[in-house]
Amino acid sequence: MNSSARFSDNAPLDAAEIEERFEELVGAVLSSRRTATALSQELARQPRAVQEFTLHWVAITARSSPELAYQFATVAPGAIGALGVAGAEKWLLEAMDVFDREGLYRAAASLKDLAGFIRQARAQAGAVAFPEVARVLEHFLAGLSGRPMKLEADDVPWTDTDTVYLPRRITRYGRREENFRAYKVTAALLWAQARHGTFSLDAKRYPGTAPGLALLAALESIRLAARFERELPGLHRDLELLRQPAIESHFEPVVKALRSESAGVADSLLALQRLPADARAPDWVFLGRLEPQRALGVRAERIARDRQALQSAVARLRAEMRAADGGATAPAEAARLRVAVREMPGDAQQLDISLELDGRTMAPTPEVSALIESILQDLGELPEEYLVAAGDGAYRTENAGEPAELVPGIEAPAEGLLYDEWDFRRRHYRKDWCVLAERDVQPGDSRFVPAALIRYRAEVWHLRRSFEALRGEDRRLRGEPWGDEVDLDAAVRALTEMRSGAELAERLFVRRERKLRDMAVMFVVDMSGSTKGWINDCEREALVLLAEALEVLGDRYAIYGFSGITRKRCEVYRVKRFDERYGGEVQQRIAGIQPLDYTRMGVALRHLTGILAAQEARTRLMITLSDGKPDDFSDGYRGEYGIEDTRQALLEAKRAGIHSFCITIDREARDYLPRMYGAAHYTVIEDVARLPLKVAEVYRRLTS
Amino acid sequence: MDEARVRMTRQSLPDAAGLMIEREPYYQPLRGEVALFEAAWRNQMPVLLKGPTGCGKTRFIEYMAWRLARPLVTVSCHDDLTAADLVGRYLITARETAWSDGPMARAVRLGAILYLDEIVEARKDTTVVIHPLADDRRTLFVDKRGEVLKAPPEFMLAISYNPGYQSVLKELKQSTRQRFVAIDFDFPPAETEAGIVARESGIDAAASGRLVKLAHMTRNLKGNGLDEGASTRLLVHAAKLIVQGVEPRAACDAAIALALTDEPEMLAAVHELVSAVF
Repeated sequence: MNSSARFSDNAPLDAAEIEERFEELVGAVLSSRRTATALSQELARQPRAVQEFTLHWVAITARSSPELAYQFATVAPGAIGALGVAGAEKWLLEAMDVFDREGLYRAAASLKDLAGFIRQARAQAGAVAFPEVARVLEHFLAGLSGRPMKLEADDVPWTDTDTVYLPRRITRYGRREENFRAYKVTAALLWAQARHGTFSLDAKRYPGTAPGLALLAALESIRLAARFERELPGLHRDLELLRQPAIESHFEPVVKALRSESAGVADSLLALQRLPADARAPDWVFLGRLEPQRALGVRAERIARDRQALQSAVARLRAEMRAADGGATAPAEAARLRVAVREMPGDAQQLDISLELDGRTMAPTPEVSALIESILQDLGELPEEYLVAAGDGAYRTENAGEPAELVPGIEAPAEGLLYDEWDFRRRHYRKDWCVLAERDVQPGDSRFVPAALIRYRAEVWHLRRSFEALRGEDRRLRGEPWGDEVDLDAAVRALTEMRSGAELAERLFVRRERKLRDMAVMFVVDMSGSTKGWINDCEREALVLLAEALEVLGDRYAIYGFSGITRKRCEVYRVKRFDERYGGEVQQRIAGIQPLDYTRMGVALRHLTGILAAQEARTRLMITLSDGKPDDFSDGYRGEYGIEDTRQALLEAKRAGIHSFCITIDREARDYLPRMYGAAHYTVIEDVARLPLKVAEVYRRLTS
Repeated sequence: MDEARVRMTRQSLPDAAGLMIEREPYYQPLRGEVALFEAAWRNQMPVLLKGPTGCGKTRFIEYMAWRLARPLVTVSCHDDLTAADLVGRYLITARETAWSDGPMARAVRLGAILYLDEIVEARKDTTVVIHPLADDRRTLFVDKRGEVLKAPPEFMLAISYNPGYQSVLKELKQSTRQRFVAIDFDFPPAETEAGIVARESGIDAAASGRLVKLAHMTRNLKGNGLDEGASTRLLVHAAKLIVQGVEPRAACDAAIALALTDEPEMLAAVHELVSAVF
């Protein structure tokens, strides 16, 4: 082959040389009727760089499909002219993707549609994709009203009132800011549908056809836009910028009614009937699809849940109040909560909630406020019967369905430590109720930790540096401008100097700088079955990063996991003891942490409290890494019993001088963690992928 | 307290130069905290002000000092603040060592109101001097001089504490907190808060209403990515900038969004909330 020699000089190849190469590369699809002559002549007129690019990619493409390579060669010069070399490469790669996915025919078509590709490429430049905006918009919606909504991607925007579904990408505008604005306004309108009662009517009253629903969506957007104008003028401006085309004339007669302050979804339905029969929904970028049936279902479920939760919260408040009174003042009638809700004038979004229970005023707990707000959002009022105490004050009552019998094969181990468990109904401990065994974690894959360290190389470096800054030392600083005591040496020196005519020195004190970090930390890892999969991976990675950081810091720490099934088989797993060095063995045990059974938390915390309390340290800290509430499948541990037992175990820890903190990835944790840990003693990490970094960050914040 | 006595105490404190609050500070009472504070003062009980940053604790103390006509000694606690900083120390002058009273000793001698702001920030050894002053002994031991200062009846110790901090090192010990009468502060109801912002900054009612709305939105995000929502103080800052002619959205970004968070996504979200409201 002689081409390599010729490729090295810069003169363009002639047609004969090119044809020879084509024969070599795509000869399989050439014939007497379809030769490479015309192609070669065309390419011979191009500069050498274009020729080489074309031949290079023809060679690559030919390996998958000579036909596609031939097709590419026919359009390549034009494509390079229009897109440049880099653009043409992208264009070809996309065609090859299509080939892999959908075969030759579609791939060839995609190659030929150069104009379409160029149009798309332009749009891509300003395109905004869902993952880029999801977190910002989630915060944004949470800010608009206290009830957080989930965000997810879907083909068209819609909402079921719990989740807002947004398009995967928006490419309608040339500029990113405009596409982002479209995302934001779309999300805000869907939020407003849930917030301002789009789904507050009976299912039968919504139109049954797609065009009808589309028109209703448009009318609702007019109604909600008017609300924005009154309450969120900036957002309204953004919305109007996107309203292309303008509101059509057949909407005009109904617009006024929709813009009234008291307008509701019923007015939109009324307006729908007054529209001419040929009215069509406008193509506004922010319009989503209405899904009344699904939204109503979700809404009804939430209302029922909120109602039950509020009623049991009332029962709980009352029980607490009675307990505080020593049970002496039990009123005969059912507990009734009076709620005064005041709205800011002209603004339905700011509530001022105060409670009165059995004639006593009290500040609402955050839980109760959130529930009342959620109910008000759905119903617009707080029905009387919602405020009557009901139930036993349980956190969740749907958690029934315990297995009737123990799973075969689970028997009490022959030996183990016995622990009490708190029964909140009896307000008493059940003596020696749980049997707990301490075991070592089986060493896992020895490559896990090194791999994690490589993966998080940059982060580890950053963590080490930031933790270095925290490292404490105990020093006596002499010759300071101020301090606790006089530095005699310096004073004598200064005096002599002064006698000899020098100015009096100022640095005459001893200052003790005490930054001693006398700390012992216990990390408690939830090894329940629900952590299976990448949650477990993230937990393990989090421990690796944390261990690296703590080694720098020099804080004493231990890592234990827990799991178990039934009260007779509670297990605590040693990953790293306090007196053990962090090394290969510990690393393998971290790698060996596995999802096992259930989360019987109280007994594990009691056992670990004992270990931690035995450590001599000024500050003792127990940090739990968890993915959900305490749970065990038998003995009624699920629900309130488990939460109360864990709370009790944490109170015991507190009495032993241990600070507790919980890091969780459970989005519902705000329902129960404040009860267990206290309002400021937990943190919810929304994004599991960020757990490894967040845990170290939380630790630093906690201890500085 | 009757007027004559107030006038008399005002005049009888020559050492308190600069510590008297001469003009009435603006304070909007919310729930009877004024009466509670006065009652505590009369009964010589120390007070603990609890609440998030920027909700008016310091302003309240200034107001009470004015109202009770007592000098006010304020110490902003920080993590290098030691007991010696509070009590006093020997300084070396040309010929001798001279004793210099710290703010605490000075406040006790003057019968002032001593306000230790953000008490948990101080070193743990400060509790040694705070405890005997906070219980019925009401004494300050100046151990370096072997002196025992007995606090006069007018003296009052007040401390503040923000329970929202997530640091185990910054929790107030039970033995400390149980010596104090606690007054709980929170952000005022929306209308009141709007009034406060308008009054403090001179901004119009509509704009102060929007600022308060923005504050509520950021408070919705507390625990959802923000450690704290925007405080009344931040609102007043933003309002003052707006009154000075700064464009409202720029003012809110500078005084509120950037003050709340460094996280880019949260910053973007707060920025969007700002531009939704204005």
